[in-house]
Amino acid sequence: MRKHIAATVDVARVAESVRSIPDVAFATDYRYMCSEGGQTLLRQAVKEHGLSRIVVCACSPRMHEATFRKAAKAAGLNPYLVEIANIREHCSWVHKDKEVGTAKAIALAKAAIAKVRLNTPLTAGESPVVKRALVIGGGIAGLQTALDIAEAGYKVDIIEKSPSIGGKMAQLDKTFPTLDCSACILTPKMVDAAAHENITIHTYSELEKVSGYVGQFEAVIRKKARSVAVDRCSGCGLCMEKCPSKKAASEFDEGLRTRSAIYIPFAQAIPNVPVIDREQCLKFQADKCGLCAKICPAGAIEYGQEDELITNKYGAIVLATGFTTIDPVRFGEFGYLHHKDVITSLEFERLTNAAGPTQGKLVKLSDGKKPKSIVFVSCVGSRDTTERGKSYCSKICCMYTAKHALLVKEKYPDIAVKVFYIDVRTPGKGFDEFQRRAVEEYGVEYIKGMVGKVTEEGGGLAVHASDVAAGTKIVAEADLVVLATAVTPSSDARKLASMLSASIDTDDFYTEAHPKLRPVESPTAGIFLSGVCQGPKDIPETVAQAGAAAVKAIGLLSKDKLLTNPCVAHVNETTCSGCLACEKVCPYGAITADYKQVNSKGLKERRLIAHVNEALCQGCGACSVACPSGAMDLRGFSNKQIMAEVDALC
Amino acid sequence: MQIREMEEAAEVLRISTVKAENCMQCGKCSAACPAGARMDILPHRFVWELMNGRVSLLAKSGTLWQCLSCFACSARCPRGVDPARLIEAVRLTVIRRQGANSINVDELPQVIDENMPQQAIVSALRKYNK
Amino acid sequence: MVYNYYPGCTLSTKAKKLDIYARAAAKALGFELAELKEWQCCGAVYPLAQDAIGERLAAARSLAAAEDGKLVTLCSACHHVLKRVNADMAANGEICAKVNAYLGEEETYHGQTEVWHYLEILKREIGFDEIARRVKNPLTGRKIGAYYGCLLLRPAGVMQFDDAENPGILEDFIAALGATPIIYDYRNECCGGYLTLTDKQATGEMVGRVIASARQKGVAELITACPLCSYNLEVNALGTEMPVHYFTELLAEALGLKEEETACR
Repeated sequence: MRKHIAATVDVARVAESVRSIPDVAFATDYRYMCSEGGQTLLRQAVKEHGLSRIVVCACSPRMHEATFRKAAKAAGLNPYLVEIANIREHCSWVHKDKEVGTAKAIALAKAAIAKVRLNTPLTAGESPVVKRALVIGGGIAGLQTALDIAEAGYKVDIIEKSPSIGGKMAQLDKTFPTLDCSACILTPKMVDAAAHENITIHTYSELEKVSGYVGQFEAVIRKKARSVAVDRCSGCGLCMEKCPSKKAASEFDEGLRTRSAIYIPFAQAIPNVPVIDREQCLKFQADKCGLCAKICPAGAIEYGQEDELITNKYGAIVLATGFTTIDPVRFGEFGYLHHKDVITSLEFERLTNAAGPTQGKLVKLSDGKKPKSIVFVSCVGSRDTTERGKSYCSKICCMYTAKHALLVKEKYPDIAVKVFYIDVRTPGKGFDEFQRRAVEEYGVEYIKGMVGKVTEEGGGLAVHASDVAAGTKIVAEADLVVLATAVTPSSDARKLASMLSASIDTDDFYTEAHPKLRPVESPTAGIFLSGVCQGPKDIPETVAQAGAAAVKAIGLLSKDKLLTNPCVAHVNETTCSGCLACEKVCPYGAITADYKQVNSKGLKERRLIAHVNEALCQGCGACSVACPSGAMDLRGFSNKQIMAEVDALC
Repeated sequence: MQIREMEEAAEVLRISTVKAENCMQCGKCSAACPAGARMDILPHRFVWELMNGRVSLLAKSGTLWQCLSCFACSARCPRGVDPARLIEAVRLTVIRRQGANSINVDELPQVIDENMPQQAIVSALRKYNK
Repeated sequence: MVYNYYPGCTLSTKAKKLDIYARAAAKALGFELAELKEWQCCGAVYPLAQDAIGERLAAARSLAAAEDGKLVTLCSACHHVLKRVNADMAANGEICAKVNAYLGEEETYHGQTEVWHYLEILKREIGFDEIARRVKNPLTGRKIGAYYGCLLLRPAGVMQFDDAENPGILEDFIAALGATPIIYDYRNECCGGYLTLTDKQATGEMVGRVIASARQKGVAELITACPLCSYNLEVNALGTEMPVHYFTELLAEALGLKEEETACR
């Protein structure tokens, strides 16, 4: 349980028992050390007792190390002469018995005293900040972040893996709860981003490699060969019209219609320049055709184009890689694989979109006829702790399902609409009112109970479900079944996380530095999180988070220099044997090796010596553990200091 | 009486090895159950009653003798709850009692025809009798 | 290749066809089914309770008798029971210890045997492509529905047989024989199993739905690996009929063994 330290630690006794330790000039206890009063106490004690080292027994150094270092500095001490003994998370929180807790707190205090004796003054270095940000992902999250950073006067590059910016929001019909047209509110943002003097957009591009560190990232971007010259193409569309290969499933329309091999994903695409899908193109597959090149009035077709690698430096990187939805084939009982009229919610969006494959006419995919009844199924793959699904709530499905149900009833009051659900979750401004409107004004039938199987009966579908409230099994007739499939992070999230050393959870969502207090920052300095890549959220939340990520990035870019952590590894060149065990364990690539002239036992010799790039070193200490000769040591956590701590404890 | 029933429920849960507390009463098991139409207590309700310790109610339930252990409920449950195992565990508490066999063996010849596989007879006796 | 083989009770009597054609086809395809010297009835249903130790003994004995290696089964129920008891022996320490105490063998058995269904041998060891090449009488034009039932597929984590909701192994098998596999919704729904003894009406309704679902998609005949499924489909279906065969019978027919074998008998 998370309680006050004094609940399980007798803090007065801790102060009392360390007071008599040699070198301890002053020891006291205070209720709120991190408060202004506590810090004043600390400054006064330094002055009055002429202290040269400080040990603070309080909460985790992750919480307040910086606070106490600042206080020490104000009192004229080097900030690295402060040690924290964590008697909260490591002690009071895990003990129930006050005697045990107090004994452990005393032990921890003694260890910290032993260590602080050996602390040496350290000075943080400085590193410059490149005033340019990289945003990965060109959906609404990435666009909003980029626009906000650009407006603050910094350069931003957006990389988007598909041929156009816009992301998932471009595919949506209406947005809840106000029912504005998604494209109508997104398109201006896309245009603004494209026109902004500070924004450079790389579509059909992916991140190839990243090196460096906060303020000094170096990214290699792979701009995939578009096979069309962006500067010459006028976007007339003649090539797409004439292209004979028209069998590819349209990604934008969720496979509900086909597209040509040379294509622009949707009408408002930016850039409005096609790409050639080489897998589908006859020229690339069979060296035939070449029609597009022949008819292009601008001569913009370039079959010989190759992928281009662009290298750039960035001060900050924002991840805005968005989401996809779980494959409904994993849940075969819903019959998605075998019944055309079982569709996903995203397919339903395309099916009701005026710019979609049916011009917004709601029809059954099996026969093109208008459905008489529609069943919506919630939680397909969400709140599912088995290996088939995702344990989390996808958060947006209840609302978009209510939106779909309401819109159907508004346009076609004669269609019977049922929603099967486990719980209806509608926290959000105007959300519950919206869902209730679907029920109360539009007559959507909400039934608490899940669906166990969808079968074909007669001409239509039969939805075998439970009515949990009534305690019965029911079979609902349906011409169309819509599955609210779980939100999952984009498939390349894991790859990017390892490229950037950004942490990721077991579901592949990026993890925040702190779930409450630093929700838009990755634990890796200089990496920020925007949108659904961090966790399921709707559009307003995504936009809010995108802005927050931008502010954090701007805060970084606005600095000319960053202080670097002086607690980094260094090599004792005379004892380093050049085995490079350190290099193998370094997760940051901070260790290299050079041949150097060294004095070894009076002899001068030239041999291989490890070298630490202090700018890259994060001070994790893996190298100092791996080093067999003890040549590798960590400043602020030297081998001697650690051993002194251990000795004090044992 | 109530205390004893709670103990019985705990024993049922123990031999079933099912984590019934994972159930969120979504009803998917009942929706999937091919025999549900003839059950007086549907699988999701069965889990609920057991969680509330009502073993004596469940012991009288016709559900015990309709469940086919086809595992549709278990396979489709989004929470890894295994209602089939719970039903089996309650069934065992009934048939393990002296004289509580559900099938009268003397009447068996009347329902067995010459093509009926041994598998049917052995299964039924295993499920209904001890 | 010689495989340990567990036929089970029903295959020695009421479901002889399932067994005979499997052995004949095996011979033609270059492998042999060597019946375990000593085996007992598997118990027909998997004992679900953690404390049902006695009910696991027969299966455990047969599994241990197969020594290290593969044990091949045919009947869905036997396969289900053996595979699941084997999983218990491998992963459930309490059950493993108690069963071994009863087995009283010198060496403990802890699930070393691999339980394979005959279909898995066909798919993974012989290959459906190879079977297609060996087909002498392709079953061209026949519209066949695979009836999986429950026991081969569920629970998927233990059975590891196929996707429990979208299986494909029997359809691939049907296609290899030259026939047209037809997918229908109820292929993995229960046949009513042992309710045939206590509630024939219920079984009848269940197989009735299976057959109706198959017929709706144009299925003209069904195949199964389970004697009880086969019985229920043939005997209990209410107001409807559909020819039902064991999958091995179809295999023998396509390989040109059926007439031969019948003549021998």
